[in-house]
Amino acid sequence: MTGRTPSRNAPLFSWRRVYAIVLRHVYLMRGSWTRLAETIYWPLINVVVWGFITQFMAGHSDWVSRAAGVFLGAIMLWDVMFRSNLGVALSFLEEMWSRNLGHLSVSPLRPLELVTAMLLMSLIRLLVGMLPVALLTIPLYHYSIFTLGLPLLAFFINLMVSGWAVGLAVSAMVLRYGLGAESLAWVLIFAVAPLCGIYYPVSVLPDWLQTIAWWLPASHVFEGMRSVMFDQGFPLAELVAAAVLNLLYLTGAVLLFLRIYHVARVKGLFLGMGE
Amino acid sequence: MTPAAIEVEHLTKRYNDVVAVNDIGFCVRKGGTTALLGGNGAGKTTTLSMLLGILLPSSGRITMLGENMLTHRHRVLPRVNFSSPYVDLPHRLTVRENLTVYAHLYGVAGVRGRIATLARQFDLEDLLSRPAGKLSAGQKTRVALAKALLNEPELLLLDEPTASLDPDTADWVRGMFRDYQRQTGATLLLASHNMSEVERLCDDVLVMKNGGIVDAGSPQTLLARYGRDTLEEVFLDIARDRRDGGTVRR
Repeated sequence: MTGRTPSRNAPLFSWRRVYAIVLRHVYLMRGSWTRLAETIYWPLINVVVWGFITQFMAGHSDWVSRAAGVFLGAIMLWDVMFRSNLGVALSFLEEMWSRNLGHLSVSPLRPLELVTAMLLMSLIRLLVGMLPVALLTIPLYHYSIFTLGLPLLAFFINLMVSGWAVGLAVSAMVLRYGLGAESLAWVLIFAVAPLCGIYYPVSVLPDWLQTIAWWLPASHVFEGMRSVMFDQGFPLAELVAAAVLNLLYLTGAVLLFLRIYHVARVKGLFLGMGE
Repeated sequence: MTPAAIEVEHLTKRYNDVVAVNDIGFCVRKGGTTALLGGNGAGKTTTLSMLLGILLPSSGRITMLGENMLTHRHRVLPRVNFSSPYVDLPHRLTVRENLTVYAHLYGVAGVRGRIATLARQFDLEDLLSRPAGKLSAGQKTRVALAKALLNEPELLLLDEPTASLDPDTADWVRGMFRDYQRQTGATLLLASHNMSEVERLCDDVLVMKNGGIVDAGSPQTLLARYGRDTLEEVFLDIARDRRDGGTVRR
């Protein structure tokens, strides 16, 4: 008997099961050039458009000319947050579209392992989509986001985690309300876009909106990015604030997903789920 | 006495005012084949879903392979598997990719070897590189069964395992179940409408109606009890509230 599951002890968390889910999505990406192309297509279009806007604005705006990459850096970092949200939500939606959630939910896979796999897939999708685009801006617009140095890594991680929190919340809503809620994966995150100061300082916002904006980790990241670009030093306070808020929101999003997973078992939402 | 693979006590599932399964209790003998028999809406799928832990009961207790399913579900699931023609495997993944993913999920040792063995056993060797979505109904069923046997389950739960199959393929599938059970001593629980299948495969039958278990016994016992020649006639008697060959109990 080569196949029998060797141990009857059930580990609370199994990286092998996480690997199985990641493998499932890697197989899917590998087998579908349209999915792969779409991962790169929109970030590329964004960068091309904002690259030309930057070239134009550099000759017409003192603020932009002082830091030529301020828009390009902003759009790429915003895409990190948007794509990481989408990376989580798409992994979940793929299970819904393929009506595979029934099989998964009767397998030994635990909800927290599913969440971990969705987050890892988000990172993979992010690297596949953003890395080529970030490299392309160097020959196209003579701008390298990598000149941000070490803070770039901190910005990247913070925005990715913010995107994860939104993606998990969206996945929870899709699980609870069905595929009718799938468009949330594309639209929900844009609700915070005007508030988090992607292209302009948070100080531009009315006072009451600024209060809300400072509760968003992304606001601290984009302020930090401008601080680095305008040579105002390493934005430690902004990064710490973003990290603390991210920890809070990610924990909340994971708990929400686990709670809705439980509700799905009570209400029988896993039965007959799909397109 | 043979120990029970499944013990169910006072199991109830309510959706607001609707009672889908009403205070049922039964045992499934280890190493045997038991059928949950009943018409549409009788509560078979709801019961199977609760056994698998995909659906939480409103009340009651389920013990599977000696573990409380409500508190230690994840200890049991690696030793159990499930197959249903109504639950798909990802269409865009090839058969080999699907089996690989599930082999890892179930912690199977020697993934490649196990897939090769099952591919030989279920005549899937030529299908391994084909997307699961491009298979015929019969081929999909064979793949689903291969997936269900990946971890050599001690307990196999089957939801209408031969639905949508032609008689020849259905007979072949039943033969595979018998062989698997003979080789491993596994327990099989299947929900079915197919009376001849139940008669041929099962040692015990649990008859469900309106969310309750209305009768139970071996196929021979039920035939004798209702004075009928086939389980189909017994099923119709129960569905129409008749006993003793024609008296309607309304």
